[in-house]
Amino acid sequence: MKQRILAVLALATMIPALYLIFIYAPIEVTQGNVQRIFYFHVPLATAGYVSAGLMFIGSLMYLIKRDLKWDRFAAAAGEMGVLFLTAQLWTAIHWAKPIWGIWFAFDSRGTLQLVLYLIFISSVMLRAYLPEREKQAKLGAVFGILAMIDVPFNYLSIYLFRTQHPQPVVSPGGGGLDPQMWPAFIAGFTTLSFVYAYLFVRRIELAKVEEEVDYLSHLAFSHDV
Amino acid sequence: MKAIWSIIFKDVVVELRNKETLSAMIMFAILILVIFSFAFESSGVDKNAIAPGCLWVAFSFAAILGLNRSLAKELDNECLQGLLLAPLSRGELYIAKVAGNFIFMLVAELVILPLFVVINNLKFDLQLLKVTGIGFLGMLAIASVGTILSVLSSATRMKEVMQPVLQIPLTIPVVICAVEATAGLLIPDYGENSSWLSILAGFTIVYLAVSYLLFEFAVED
Repeated sequence: MKQRILAVLALATMIPALYLIFIYAPIEVTQGNVQRIFYFHVPLATAGYVSAGLMFIGSLMYLIKRDLKWDRFAAAAGEMGVLFLTAQLWTAIHWAKPIWGIWFAFDSRGTLQLVLYLIFISSVMLRAYLPEREKQAKLGAVFGILAMIDVPFNYLSIYLFRTQHPQPVVSPGGGGLDPQMWPAFIAGFTTLSFVYAYLFVRRIELAKVEEEVDYLSHLAFSHDV
Repeated sequence: MKAIWSIIFKDVVVELRNKETLSAMIMFAILILVIFSFAFESSGVDKNAIAPGCLWVAFSFAAILGLNRSLAKELDNECLQGLLLAPLSRGELYIAKVAGNFIFMLVAELVILPLFVVINNLKFDLQLLKVTGIGFLGMLAIASVGTILSVLSSATRMKEVMQPVLQIPLTIPVVICAVEATAGLLIPDYGENSSWLSILAGFTIVYLAVSYLLFEFAVED
């Protein structure tokens, strides 16, 4: 039921959002239509940070409560992080190429997103290569906590690192948004929040079913022969 | 406390007898320095400018190798079970393992640094002594994260292959800070380096504390 409501909300907000982003919002003066990537790019980047927070909460709660529910929560957050940051970096390179003339700028924000992305991928790989369910949950949680504690240090060092040197690029949209752009921005944010929530809840449900299937097949094979 | 010392002592004695971890680490680091000098030889870049980066690539990769070996040794013949039975808490066991790994990394560093100076045509002076100090701090930071990650990677089906995959993203702040601090010493007019060292120190302290608490969960069956 919860899933269905979220799915309907995501779809219902998506259509006006697409209208607002592609038709209603004015064309940006200097960048032209390319600037419309902004309405996807910023919510996707935020989703990356949200995933980091959720993964930390899930990992910590698993080690305290020892309930696999929290492990599914943390694992889903890790996968969401990979998914949304892939999309985010995809929008980033397509925005940077026409505007800055380079695919990827190693400025502080971009580098931080990239490092976060790599951390999420390692955490998904770690879970994938651990054979037992219990170990998966425990070591996944240990790595989740270590990785998320790493994020502020990454932020600090990358920020200092990049601002000490002259910046090759100026970040766009620094001067505030046009009043007509706000509705598109808010609509983009709302839609992606619903999509995120839907996929997140759905992934957790799916993980539960996966576990049941594993358990049942284990049971079936152990009685067999 | 005595138990911690005896675990460190055991690691050192085992290493002195077979010398396999240290020789592999040192050889690997030297090969990295050599391959870097070939890779950049023809492009005509300023060797001084890339030297700090090369040094820390060599250090962090050698550290990965050493950390892998140090836990692989415990997994042969179920030695880890024996260690877990030792009369000390999991946190103390972690401290003992970090200390053991740190000692090997230091020895490796002390061998690699003079060779680094020779390969990159630098000077043996006071700056080098300071670089050694930064090396100590950076190695401690890498050992603090790497020791607990080596437990995680050895539990996977991929074993050693997972160590760099887990460790490199988490040690990015260490590499940035250490390279910047080293560059501050080796490259003239590069800028101050004290804030880098304090981030590095903060990183090490936080990781030692968190891993001390988390080690229990990592080795639990």
